[in-house]
Amino acid sequence: MDTFTAIVLATLGAGTPLVFAALGELITEKSGVLNLGVEGMMLVGAVCGFAVAADSGSIWLGVLTAVAAGAAMALVFAVLTLTFQANQVASGLALTIFGIGLSAFIGLGYTSVALDGMDPVRIPVLSDIPVVGPLLFGLDPLMYLSFALFGAVTWFLYRSKAGLLLRGIGEAPDSAHAIGYPVIRIRYLAVLFGGAMAGLGGAYLALVYTPLWVEEMTAGRGWIALALVVFSTWRPGRVMLGAYLFGGVTILQFHVQGLGIDLPSQLLSMLPYLATIFVLVLISRDINTIRLNAPASIGQAFHPSN
Amino acid sequence: MRIRIEPRAQPSRLMGWLSPLLAVVLTLVTGFLFSAFLGMNPVDAFHAFFVAPVDDLYGLGELGVKAAPLALIAVGLAIGFRSNVWNIGAEGQLTFGALVGGGVALWAYEMEGAWILPAMILAGALGGMAWASIPAFLRTRFNTNEILVSLMLNYVALLCLSYLVHGPWRDPEGFNFPESRLFSESAMLPVILEDTRLHAGALLALVAVGLGWVFVKKSFIGYQMQVAGLADTAARYAGFNRKRMIWMGLLIGGAAAGIAGLCEVAGPIGQLLPSVSPGYGYAAIIVAFVGRLHPVGILLASLLMSLLYLGGESAQMELGLPSAVTGVFQGVLLFYLLAADLFINFRIRGATPQGLRSPSKPAEASS
Repeated sequence: MDTFTAIVLATLGAGTPLVFAALGELITEKSGVLNLGVEGMMLVGAVCGFAVAADSGSIWLGVLTAVAAGAAMALVFAVLTLTFQANQVASGLALTIFGIGLSAFIGLGYTSVALDGMDPVRIPVLSDIPVVGPLLFGLDPLMYLSFALFGAVTWFLYRSKAGLLLRGIGEAPDSAHAIGYPVIRIRYLAVLFGGAMAGLGGAYLALVYTPLWVEEMTAGRGWIALALVVFSTWRPGRVMLGAYLFGGVTILQFHVQGLGIDLPSQLLSMLPYLATIFVLVLISRDINTIRLNAPASIGQAFHPSN
Repeated sequence: MRIRIEPRAQPSRLMGWLSPLLAVVLTLVTGFLFSAFLGMNPVDAFHAFFVAPVDDLYGLGELGVKAAPLALIAVGLAIGFRSNVWNIGAEGQLTFGALVGGGVALWAYEMEGAWILPAMILAGALGGMAWASIPAFLRTRFNTNEILVSLMLNYVALLCLSYLVHGPWRDPEGFNFPESRLFSESAMLPVILEDTRLHAGALLALVAVGLGWVFVKKSFIGYQMQVAGLADTAARYAGFNRKRMIWMGLLIGGAAAGIAGLCEVAGPIGQLLPSVSPGYGYAAIIVAFVGRLHPVGILLASLLMSLLYLGGESAQMELGLPSAVTGVFQGVLLFYLLAADLFINFRIRGATPQGLRSPSKPAEASS
């Protein structure tokens, strides 16, 4: 495999956890709910997926567990913010703090366990085509799943009636409620979907990308996913673009030193975080970009009696 | 009977006080069930977690050692939170304050003088403020979300410190360990209670609590920030300067966190290490909420949170539980608090048909 293919593959790999988490958060936010607990949900998804995969020997069982664990975390958030009307910012922070602690607790026995990871699909003949072969026909199954989910989310948001309803609830929950739509129930589903996707992102990290369990291994990816949703101005296509851009920045640090450029490793590790701040500044510079694109009711509690 | 949640006409002051207590009680109950679930005797676990760490003078001193940074940071954060300025970068501001203040200590290595410690504290505060000024500037100038920026900077600050202790500031006689020289005597906070590690930083925290109270209750800008937090539209209509509030909220939080970081390295730690805080910057967010964003409440909440830290360490030694259990219970405590806060603005009652309060209502199918 030549260097170019290797770099593109590594970029896709580093971007995929962000794709899952950010697409999930996109749906959550489109319904008008801001869940800052992505980091916590990813970590719990990662550790539960890893633990089950290590104990059962089945990667796929691990992936399913991670999805369920992410959704379970999201359910806690949903109960707090949608049923108990709690502040969404505070509840999301609580979810992340809780997730960091819980994942460290669950993962204690698994820190030195090694997994085999997931084999690429490798479609015969086609994957042997130079350059495009491995990139199109030799990826791991979860990456193909991420492409499929991207398609599904895009179709759902812009081509389905349910997606229109979801966006409507994000823009004007009172109107949707007045027409008779179950605002709270639909928001529950959107939050749960976001959690399941964050769990899937965590699973990709722990089961495919590394594959290891290390405490706080997400290293801020949940927060970067949140920033990506803003960066994308709530559009799935730009979420993908942003995720791979960040994947590229993440793996840049491994290649810069290989090129013989002598920079402290800490400086290179800062790049994804600095890049996040940079793109956030770029996109928010014009206040109207955010105001026009953000779901109008984002972050606000909704109670049917209001 | 159907249960209905309906808004109160007025927020309940009583529930405002009761809900933190309710949250603490529910967290304790959860801890009991959790330890029973793990096959332990809940009473033993309770003792190991909450009694054993503080049953002697040294333990009480440790309670203060950990409560001091939490209270200091939380008082600063609460001022921002009151006006909906969400600074969640206290961990980074703490780290950067420790870095700048510790830098002064290393620069003044083997010097003596009463000026060194005040200079370090000032440097710590300025370091924290400098770090907090980044999200403040980006928010006021470019409208950039301060939550995400301040959070990202936590990682950047940690990497800055890591670079320095691995490189330029590494102890030349330290056998290549990533740590700085030990601070000299005049760069260390004095211990204020004999036979404990309780240091002068605890006094600084108490002063901060007092100042926080004055700021919130007596200053005009504190009042403006309160109004902005409760009713943004009203604050804008009154012509309150929103940008100034954002700067104030972030800078005060940054200064407090920076001083807390300096007190850690000039107190219990005594040098710069790759990590100078066991997550105080995040735990202080919980402290601020559990303390109802009120300085006195924060003081009490910081003692409770400190006990959770000590309990986690003690449970690790006595019960073989991982110290990560502390993080779990921190999160659980905040969950319960946020849920209990529902009863400040809402009340639960059995629904009566058409809202009529008929004493004899027909039996309704529960749904």
